[in-house]
Amino acid sequence: MDTVVKKKLKVATTSLAGCFGCHMSFLDIDERLFDLLELIAFDRTPLTDIKELGECDIGIIEGGLCNAENVHVLREFRRQCKLLIAIGACAINGGLPAQRNQLSLALILEEVYHTSVGLANGLIPNDPELPLPLAKVRPLHEVVRIDYFIPGCPPSADAIWKALNDILAGHAPALGHGLIHYD
Amino acid sequence: MSASFTIDGKAVPFAEGQTIIQAALAAGVYIPHLCHHPEFKPHGSCKLCTVRISGRQSASCTTLAQAGMAVESDTPALNDERRTLTQMLFVEGNHFCPSCEKSGNCKLQATAYDLGMMTAHFDHFFPSRPVDASHPDVLLDFNRCILCSLCVRASRDVDGKNAFALSGRGIKTHLIVNAKSGRLADTDVTLQDKAVRVCPVGVFLRKDRGFNVPIGRRVFDLKPVSAYVDATAALAKE
Ligand code: SF4
Ligand code: SF4
Ligand code: FES
Repeated sequence: MDTVVKKKLKVATTSLAGCFGCHMSFLDIDERLFDLLELIAFDRTPLTDIKELGECDIGIIEGGLCNAENVHVLREFRRQCKLLIAIGACAINGGLPAQRNQLSLALILEEVYHTSVGLANGLIPNDPELPLPLAKVRPLHEVVRIDYFIPGCPPSADAIWKALNDILAGHAPALGHGLIHYD
Repeated sequence: MSASFTIDGKAVPFAEGQTIIQAALAAGVYIPHLCHHPEFKPHGSCKLCTVRISGRQSASCTTLAQAGMAVESDTPALNDERRTLTQMLFVEGNHFCPSCEKSGNCKLQATAYDLGMMTAHFDHFFPSRPVDASHPDVLLDFNRCILCSLCVRASRDVDGKNAFALSGRGIKTHLIVNAKSGRLADTDVTLQDKAVRVCPVGVFLRKDRGFNVPIGRRVFDLKPVSAYVDATAALAKE
């Protein structure tokens, strides 16, 4: 009898305007990573240091959108990935970076680079290499279609594990009491 | 035998003059709610408590129980609508739970958990709502106000101070402080006021403490909001 060779699902991850906390929490699934690696293979992700994004089955994105480069990477993930998962508070509602949304960008740059203590004649960075900041920080679903969301700041390893298992089994993740958290 | 009606097929007894939600909570049947509070007259604004009675939807906190009525509440369709209402509440304000002292003890958050809200879905308004830090003991963070009017009712009906009001209409509705300056410091509100302790979300915050109960031991870490049926007593201890 032929053995069915199951093709591993290709998974890419990235952190946009996030703190890498969600990636750390993902690594907290510890030895369950080995079980997961039976089912998936990583494409672009900070975990493998692969920089180029290929065609993927699943893209997992931490962090919201605070600059033009974030938007560019998000759109590329949407183009290349069949399923996109937003992970963590920042990806889902902007999170901590979005707390700047009540202030004007000009005022923030002024405060950070010109008027705050210890900055004599500070210059607002304007190297063309630097991506331009957005006027407001936005969550991912306001720019591209997101298939699934895993809330939490960060979501616990158990929440991530449950959600990924649900998704790999082909249904929407459902986190019950104790696993669903916004903090 | 006392009169009764049914919720999702379960018989619920009631006394003359009780609303559906009053009878339900007394009988241990949870109906999601945010602006209902057992000690106050109904306001009927959040619509989370909407149920179906003979094919018509109505707020169970403003509808009197009647003998023989068949009420549907815990149905996928109603819970979908409740989740949508909850999502709207999240995007209309600024709800950053990780930095909110009320997190874990917040009825909006707990209700969203219970309804399986994984995302706020809609575009966020990111409104600009400056906080009022003028009072020595109480901080007002308007970013989280869901306009349930509980502080308004408590200050007017219990504290006798009438320190708060909802002003404006429609999407422009907002909570105001009844003082000429508009500042909390210029009212006679104190930490002991019912108004300060009744908010279901994180608007009224004591300045002398914050994050005093560790994650894992907060009210809704222990049990989901539906398991409390009426979380008033548990929250009052906080
Ligand atoms: S009031 Fe509730 S929902 Fe809003 S930020 Fe605070 S904990 Fe979260
Ligand atoms: S401040 Fe709190 S109690 Fe008052 S209306 Fe807003 S949400 Fe309700
Ligand atoms: S609890 Fe009935 S409308 Fe809010």
